[in-house]
Amino acid sequence: MASGTVTSSEYISHHLTNLTFGNHPESGWGFAHSAQEAAEMGFWAINVDTMLWSVGLGIFFLWFFGKVAKTVTSDVPGNTQNFIETVIEFVDDNVKGIFHYKNPVIAPLALTIFVWIFLMNLMDLVPVDWLPYIAGQMGIHFMKVVPTTDVNATGGMAISVFALIVYYSIKQKGVGGFMKELSFQPLPKIFLPFNLFLEVVGLLAKPVSLALRLFGNMYAGEMIFILIALLPFWIQWVLSVPWAIFHILIITLQAFIFMVLTIVYLAMAHDDH
Amino acid sequence: MNINLTIIGQAIAFFIFVVFCMKYVWPPITGALAERKKKIAEGLEAADRATRDLHLAQEKATANLHESKVQAAAIIEQANKRANQIIDEAKEQARAEADRIKTAAQAEIEQDANRAKEALRAQVAALVMSGAEKVLEASIDEKAHAQLLEKLSAEL
Repeated sequence: MASGTVTSSEYISHHLTNLTFGNHPESGWGFAHSAQEAAEMGFWAINVDTMLWSVGLGIFFLWFFGKVAKTVTSDVPGNTQNFIETVIEFVDDNVKGIFHYKNPVIAPLALTIFVWIFLMNLMDLVPVDWLPYIAGQMGIHFMKVVPTTDVNATGGMAISVFALIVYYSIKQKGVGGFMKELSFQPLPKIFLPFNLFLEVVGLLAKPVSLALRLFGNMYAGEMIFILIALLPFWIQWVLSVPWAIFHILIITLQAFIFMVLTIVYLAMAHDDH
Repeated sequence: MNINLTIIGQAIAFFIFVVFCMKYVWPPITGALAERKKKIAEGLEAADRATRDLHLAQEKATANLHESKVQAAAIIEQANKRANQIIDEAKEQARAEADRIKTAAQAEIEQDANRAKEALRAQVAALVMSGAEKVLEASIDEKAHAQLLEKLSAEL
């Protein structure tokens, strides 16, 4: 879409701008018309495209898995059931290998994280201009189809995982136990302030690293696709095909990493020192 | 990348998805997997048991066959013994019967001979009496000489 009417930087920034709905201090409630306007809306705005795509994909995941779960049989499984079972067993093996406590939440949580993030990442493989172009034809100016390239999406999940870490830490060890864990290690008790500082930073680093790792990977990958799309159309495949094939690995790996780290963090929250 | 309400929206959506997954997706599928695992384990165990049973049955059959063979041999031997015994018994009986018949016949013969002797003796006595009567005619007192004649006939 590197046509003469838009410059490269306009094209790139257009592709990296969410469809934001909020209250602009000057023009009131409505969709932001530029990245700058979206930024001016502050916190009380919502990225409609991120929400729609992520919730849509989440519903697709639950619909697809739920459909199989409804007709699931312990006899000879069909093709779909086989596929679902493979995914579930993969997740279950990972959870059983890392998480040694009894908690009915962890495995479904891991499955949701893995499949949902995978599906959201998968949107990255849809050619970068298709969906924004269709949206543009329908009068929607901005459309970012990969929710995981929005730090709000990855951040939302990371915050939820952080909440679970804190919840299970307190539930397993009590407030006192959790505090003790934060203040009495790794150094002896006299270094309490230092320990507390170190551990709190370590604790907060968990959700931040979760969110930014996924966001950074997907954002960078999307950026490469956008840059490739700036090339003349007849040469794009030379770069976009290898990158897309490589990206299949990235999107699966990132979903997997997010899932495994969540399990690891929650297992650590259950560990009593 | 502005942080805005979306981050909360995402967290809410995530929470709802996890709850749904926990309620409606995970339990039925893992349940079916566990059930299938159990079924397969049961099937394998049943196969093992069947093989073991088959071996046992074969062994039992062989043992039975062997036993019956031994029994049959014993029965045949016994029957042979019994047959010989019957034959011996029959021989013995026949011999005894023959002896008995022979003895009876001899006794009868002896009896007949005695009877004949007796009859002869009586006849001789009668003949002697009639001869003597004829010789002595009426002079002889029958009653007086009967004793004498009796003695005579006994000496014959």
